[in-house]
Amino acid sequence: MSILQVRNLKVHFPVKGGLLRRTVDTMKAVDGISIDIKEGQTYGLVGESGSGKTTMGRSIIGLTDKTSGSILFKGVELKNKRKRSKKDLRDIQMIFQDPYSSLNPKKRVLDIVAEPLRNYEKNTKWTEKHKVEVLMDQIGLTPESIYKYPHEFSGGQRQRIGVARALALHPKLIIADEPVSALDVSVQAQVLNFLKEIQTNLHLTLLFISHDIGVVRHMCDRIGVMYKGRLVEEGSSNDIYHNPQHIYTKRLIAAVPDINPENREKHSKHRKKIREEYEQTYKDYFDDEGEVMDMISISKTHSAALQRKG
Amino acid sequence: MTNNKIILKINNIKTSFKIEGGFYEAVDGVSINVYENEVLAIVGESGCGKSALAYSIMGLHERSKTMVEGDLLFKGQNINDLTESSLNKIRGKEIGMIFQDPLAALNPLMKAGHQIEEVLILHTNMTKNQRYKKVISLLDEVGIPSPDTVYQQYPHELSGGMRQRVIIAIAIACAPSLLIADEPTTALDATIQGQIIELLENLKLSKDAGVLLITHDLGVVAEIADRVAVMYAGELVEIADVKTLFKTPQHPYTRSLLNSVPSVSDLQSQLHVIQGKVPPIQHLPRKGCRFKERIPWIRDEAHESHPELHEVARNHYVRCTCYKDFYFQNVTPREEKPNVYTSST
Repeated sequence: MSILQVRNLKVHFPVKGGLLRRTVDTMKAVDGISIDIKEGQTYGLVGESGSGKTTMGRSIIGLTDKTSGSILFKGVELKNKRKRSKKDLRDIQMIFQDPYSSLNPKKRVLDIVAEPLRNYEKNTKWTEKHKVEVLMDQIGLTPESIYKYPHEFSGGQRQRIGVARALALHPKLIIADEPVSALDVSVQAQVLNFLKEIQTNLHLTLLFISHDIGVVRHMCDRIGVMYKGRLVEEGSSNDIYHNPQHIYTKRLIAAVPDINPENREKHSKHRKKIREEYEQTYKDYFDDEGEVMDMISISKTHSAALQRKG
Repeated sequence: MTNNKIILKINNIKTSFKIEGGFYEAVDGVSINVYENEVLAIVGESGCGKSALAYSIMGLHERSKTMVEGDLLFKGQNINDLTESSLNKIRGKEIGMIFQDPLAALNPLMKAGHQIEEVLILHTNMTKNQRYKKVISLLDEVGIPSPDTVYQQYPHELSGGMRQRVIIAIAIACAPSLLIADEPTTALDATIQGQIIELLENLKLSKDAGVLLITHDLGVVAEIADRVAVMYAGELVEIADVKTLFKTPQHPYTRSLLNSVPSVSDLQSQLHVIQGKVPPIQHLPRKGCRFKERIPWIRDEAHESHPELHEVARNHYVRCTCYKDFYFQNVTPREEKPNVYTSST
């Protein structure tokens, strides 16, 4: 069963201008996106910066108001931020991109991780501390570390503290917005492994937002590729990687550096070919106004925004 | 490679920063040559001293708080003990630098074209007209589609990829014989990253210059480097040409790094994790193998007491002897064969 159903979601921002600061234009950050995320699944959203993937995540969690469309969480419509019920708010949590700026440097880990608990539950000091210690154990930090400050931890550990904070209220869905792009390769590996592990252990659903298709492929069961606020292709991780249909997806995959220097020339030729194809056939993949087309289904699991045949 | 001319000879460089009254080495005795017409990549995690090395070459460290010892022989001339003003004659002209964050490296109040022109004003005797033409041709060279428009634009009007192209245009304006690129693609999107990699490849072929590429992205290294030096805790731990390094990595650190990259073509459930972290420079182990504490399951005798670079094959150097005894803990099938890469196309 789908835990999250997004139907034709639109988030538009007004562009103010002129003398009277009237709305002169709208910025269509997310423009008609529909996705389904099944329980226990990891759904990856890829795209370049400005494609609207972060806005999408923010509107699901309720940090940004949607313009139209619907977001169903466990079959129930999620309202815009102020009207959202407390239960829904605590069931969806977020992990942020930069572990250095998402933790308050003046607070101890105990206070950081316990903050959601203090907002939603009434605990005695003792149970609160106990709960935080259990979380610390889950993320692989020692119980004593709850009295430390964020600067005493490494990047990977900090990101795990961010995860502990997200886990504190036992959410059903976690939105991870570029959780590893600010980290070194070795630390990145640590956080990715850890996310996979807690996901299986706690049976979490994960919406994984990233611009790195390599990381997304490693983590996700299903992938949606976003471009200009629309989905250009959606499918299982294998569909997307081995059988990309849309030229933008092909280009995104070709841009991933190949880690084998032996293939360098082959890869560079391939990339050039794709780039030429991109320049020549760009028009075929977008409509007259340069907008992404509607999605058509290619196989049971795979669909792409292509021109309808005939 | 060896029959090529040496452009920069880095000889036993030590860069120390002043922290709470004491000096601590961030770069600790690095010696390596950069040859003409090659891309030498320096890889390592953050905090390994890669950028500190690049800044030492360019003389960009604050002089009151840093000490750079050793020789930097640029075309036979030691540029380490030059004064600021004589260094200015070389910087920008003969040594170009590409910075990591294009937005921070450009002046927000100056038009893109003028920022490129600035280099030409300082280092050449061109007339205004000649300079304008040169700037336009440079912008064209770095793949900017409409040079005339971009010339008149301010950095905030340009996209990330365009800004990085402007930075590259500044760096190559005077056709430098050494180009230092400090994480040139890190701050960019995947598709733009690809374009910049392509651009750097083509620059190397046409300019005959030596390129010192500093990065933590092994994918980029595999794409454009000719030779790779792996840096850990201020020291070079392995030097080899790029094919050898990716095929038969020797040093435990290199092998661990290569194993921690998520591969798009090979799906394994667990990525390799290197235990611990790069120690801060005040707490660097100054004796023995610096990587020892991150591979505690290797017996002590495997390490040398004064690790040196050993030539294990022609032009392939590895520090310390621990590579002979190194194995991965909790071996999964992928880690059995260090040959992690398979064809992805």
